[in-house]
Amino acid sequence: MMTTDTTTTGGAPGATGTTILDARGVTMRFGGLTAVDSVDLTVSSGEIVGLIGPNGAGKTTFFNCLTGLYVPTEGEVRYRDRVLPAKSFKVTAAGIARTFQNIRLFSNMTVLENVLVGRHTRTKEGFWSAVLRGPGFHKAEKASRERALELLEFVGLAAKADHLARNLPYGEQRKLEIARALASEPGLLLLDEPTAGMNPQETRATEELVFAIRDQGIAVLVIEHDMRFIFNLCDRVAVLVQGQKLVEGDSATVQGDERVVAAYLGEPLENDPGAAEAAEVEAAEAAQADTTTDTAAGKENDR
Amino acid sequence: MTTQTTAPDNTGAPAADDTSGLIGIPPRVGRALATGGGVLTVVSTFLAWTWTAEFPGDLTVYGYPGGLQVLVLVAGALTALFGLASYDVKGLRWLVPAGADAALRVAALAAFATAWYTVVAISAQLGGVVNLEPGGYVAAAATLIALLGSLALPVQRPEPDPFDPDDTGWEQFKHTSSHNWQVVKAAFASGTPRPLRALPSYAEILVIVAVLAVGLFVFTYGIGTEYDELFVGFLITAGLGFAALNKSGLIAQVSEITARHQNITVCGAFVAAACFPFTQSDDQYATIGVYILIFATVALGLNIVVGLAGLLDLGYVAFLGVGAYAASMVSGSPSSPFDLHLPFWGAVLVGAAASLIFGVLIGAPTLRLRGDYLAIVTLGFGEIFRITANNLDGTSGPDVTNGSNGISSIPDLSILGFDMGLPHDIGGFTIGRFANYFFLMLVITAVVVLVFRRSGDSRIGRAWVAIREDETAALAMGINGFRVKLIAFAVGASLAGLAGTVQAHVTYTVTPEQYLFAGTTPPNSAFLLAAVVLGGMGTIAGPLIGASLLFLIPNKLQFLDDYQLFAFGLALVLLMRFRPEGLIANRRRKLEFHEEAEAPTTLSKTGA
Repeated sequence: MMTTDTTTTGGAPGATGTTILDARGVTMRFGGLTAVDSVDLTVSSGEIVGLIGPNGAGKTTFFNCLTGLYVPTEGEVRYRDRVLPAKSFKVTAAGIARTFQNIRLFSNMTVLENVLVGRHTRTKEGFWSAVLRGPGFHKAEKASRERALELLEFVGLAAKADHLARNLPYGEQRKLEIARALASEPGLLLLDEPTAGMNPQETRATEELVFAIRDQGIAVLVIEHDMRFIFNLCDRVAVLVQGQKLVEGDSATVQGDERVVAAYLGEPLENDPGAAEAAEVEAAEAAQADTTTDTAAGKENDR
Repeated sequence: MTTQTTAPDNTGAPAADDTSGLIGIPPRVGRALATGGGVLTVVSTFLAWTWTAEFPGDLTVYGYPGGLQVLVLVAGALTALFGLASYDVKGLRWLVPAGADAALRVAALAAFATAWYTVVAISAQLGGVVNLEPGGYVAAAATLIALLGSLALPVQRPEPDPFDPDDTGWEQFKHTSSHNWQVVKAAFASGTPRPLRALPSYAEILVIVAVLAVGLFVFTYGIGTEYDELFVGFLITAGLGFAALNKSGLIAQVSEITARHQNITVCGAFVAAACFPFTQSDDQYATIGVYILIFATVALGLNIVVGLAGLLDLGYVAFLGVGAYAASMVSGSPSSPFDLHLPFWGAVLVGAAASLIFGVLIGAPTLRLRGDYLAIVTLGFGEIFRITANNLDGTSGPDVTNGSNGISSIPDLSILGFDMGLPHDIGGFTIGRFANYFFLMLVITAVVVLVFRRSGDSRIGRAWVAIREDETAALAMGINGFRVKLIAFAVGASLAGLAGTVQAHVTYTVTPEQYLFAGTTPPNSAFLLAAVVLGGMGTIAGPLIGASLLFLIPNKLQFLDDYQLFAFGLALVLLMRFRPEGLIANRRRKLEFHEEAEAPTTLSKTGA
C-alpha cells in the first residue's frame, strides 16, 4: 500500500501554505450532462474550505470525484503531489476521509465497532493473524481500541461506545460518522453537509468540533447549505453553480458577490420582464434537469 | 378519507388499567385451577391411559409413566412449579425472574398440547375414544383445567386505539380483531427479568454444567425417540417448554451467565457433545449424530459467508462436494483415477486446498456482483459443479469422477493406527464406527467454531460486517471490498471442504447426487441456508441448532414423506413471520432489544 506515513498529524495549526489537495480541471460527465465542469480547487494544510452552491450544483459529485467513488472524465486530483488512485479505499489509505450527505453508518454495529472499522487502513492484521492470535494481534487490537475510544471521547460519544449505531439520535450519528472518518488518520477530511437537519445548538457544537479537528492539523473541506455556519467556519469559500466554479475567496468576497446572490435568489427584474421570465424558465428547466440527474448520481450505492 | 383519528369520545372500550383475564373466571380461582391442574396432570401420568400395549410406548401401566406420559409429566410438573411460584412460595421465586403468569400460561399450553395430542393419537390410532382408560380422561381434563385457569389470570390489557366514526363495518371488525390480537400478545408477553443476583463463579460454572447436561439429555432423548408419536410429542413439549422457560426469564439469566464465561461454555458444550456416543448403546443413533455434525459444520462455514459478510451463496454445497471428491480420490478408492493413498492429514489438506482453489476461482469473477445477482450466479455454479461431476465419466468427458456412480468403496480412515472402521472399547463403552467418526467430526467442528469466533471478532471480521451493512461506506473507510469478500468466500469454501473430507469417508461413496441445490435430505444448499437463517445469522449456536432440527425432523417424521418439503417451507414462512432474527438472536440483535425504549423494535432483514 502507499503513503501510510504521510498521514500523521504533521501540519501544525496555522501552518497554512503547503497545498495538500490540488484538483485541476476536474470534469465529470454523465452521458451528455456535465455535472462538474473543469473545477479547480486547492486546499492547504490547516485550512477549512467551504463549498457552497444551490441544490444540484454538482457539489456531491465533485466530492465523489475527490474520493475515488467516481473517476473524473477529465482533469486530475493530486493529494500531497500524488495523483489519487481511482479506488475509494485507496484514496482513504492515501489520507482523505469523508462523511456522507445521507448518513451511512454501519447501523447494526456498535459505536465502537464503527470507529474500529475506520481504523482498517491503519492496521494490517489479516485472517491468519486473527485465527492464530499471536501477541502482535492483541497488541494491535488493543492499540486500535484505545485510539477509537480516544476519538469517541473527542467527539463526545465515549459513554455510548456499546450502543448500536442505529439507536443513536441523529446529531450523534453525524458525530459518529466524523469520528469514524478521523479513525483513518486523514490529512484531509471531507464533510458532506455535516449540519443537515441539526438545530442551532447542534450546529454550533459541530462548528466547535470542526475547529478542533483543524487544530489537530487536519485540513477540512466542507459542503454546507447553512451560510452562517459556512461563513463562521471557513477560511475560504468556493461557490459552485451548475457544475462551474463561480467565485472563490474569503467570506466577505463571496457574500458581497452579486453573482452568488443571483445564483441563489435569481436575477433582479430589469427593464425587459418578458426576456427575464424566459431566461428564468430556461434556468429552471436546466436546474430541474440538473437536480434529477444529480440525485440519481448521488445514490452512490448504485455503482 | 379516514384521517380523522381525533375522536376519542366514542371509545366505549374499558379503561386503561383493565387487567381482567382472557376468560371470565375470577383470577384467584384461575390461579388455583392452573396450579391444581398442573399437579393433577402429574398424578395422571402415573395412571394407565389405554388398555392395550398396541399404542407404542406402553401406556397401560399404573404407577410407571412411559413414552408420551413422561413428556406430559415434565410439562405438568413445569406448570405446577410455575403455579406455585406465582403464589410467591419461598424457594421457588428464582424460577420466575420475569414474572410467573406468562410462563404459567405457556407451560399449561405445553401440557395441554402434549396430553391432548397423546389422547387424540390413541383414539385415532386404535379407533375411538373407548380405548382410553380413566387415566387418559383425567390427564385430558387436568390439562384443560390448567389451561383455562391460566388463561383467567390477570392480563395487563393494552389500551385500544380510538375508533374512527367513518369506519365501515369491515374496518371496525379489523380494528377490533387487531386489538384482540394485541391483548392475546400481551397475555403471553413477559416482563424484563430482574437482574441476576451475584453468584460466586464456581456456582455460575455449576449452572452452566447443569444447563449443558440438560441440553445433552434433551438432545439425546430427541435423537433416541423410537416412534413418530413420541418425536412429535417431544417437539411439542420441548418447544413450548423452552418457550415457557424463556417467558419466565430463566433463559435470559442463563445466557447472561454463559456470556460471562464464554470459553467455559464453549469448551463445556464440546465436552457435552463428546459425551453423546457414551449415552448410546448401539451405533444406530451415532449415525444420526455424525450426519448432524457434518451438516451443522458446513452450515457454520456458510454462516461466515452469509451471516458475517452478507454474501448470499446458494451453491455452497458444491464446496463440500469438491472437498469430498478431492479427498476420496487421494484416499485409495479403487474407482479413483489416481492410484494414491495419502494418510488422513494429507487427504484433509488436499480436500481443503481443492475447495479453497475452487472457492477463489468462483469467487474472483462473481464477487463483483451484489445481492440477488450473486445469489443467482452462485446457484448456477453449484449446479455446474454437480453436472460436471456427473459428466466426467469417460464418455461425456475425461474419466475423473466416475460419473453418476461416483467414487465408491472409500476405505475407512486409520489415524495413528486407530482404525476408524472398527468398534473399540473405551472404559466399558463400545464405540462403534460412526461414533469414531463422530469424534473426528467433532474436532473439525471445533476448528470451524474456532475460526468463526476468532475471525469474527477481529479486523477482518469487522470488515466483513461493514461490507454487509453498507458496501459503499465500507469502501470509503478504506476496506478493499473485493479482497475482503474473497477471503470470506475462500475461508467458507475451505471449511466446507474440510467437512467434505470426513463426509467422504463416513458415507463410503461420493456421488454427484449428494450435492443438490434442494432435496429431501440435508445437506443441500437450500437446507444449509435454511439452517443458518432458521438458527440465526451471525451466531455460532444458531446454525448448529438449526442444522440439528432440520436434520432430525425429516429424519424422524418419515410419515410426512412427500409433504416434507411442503412442511419445511411452511415452517420457514412462519418462522420468518414471527421471529425473523432466527431462533438464536445474536449479540447485536440483543442490543437492539435492550434499547427498544429509544428505537423502533421492528427488525429489518440483514444479510442477503
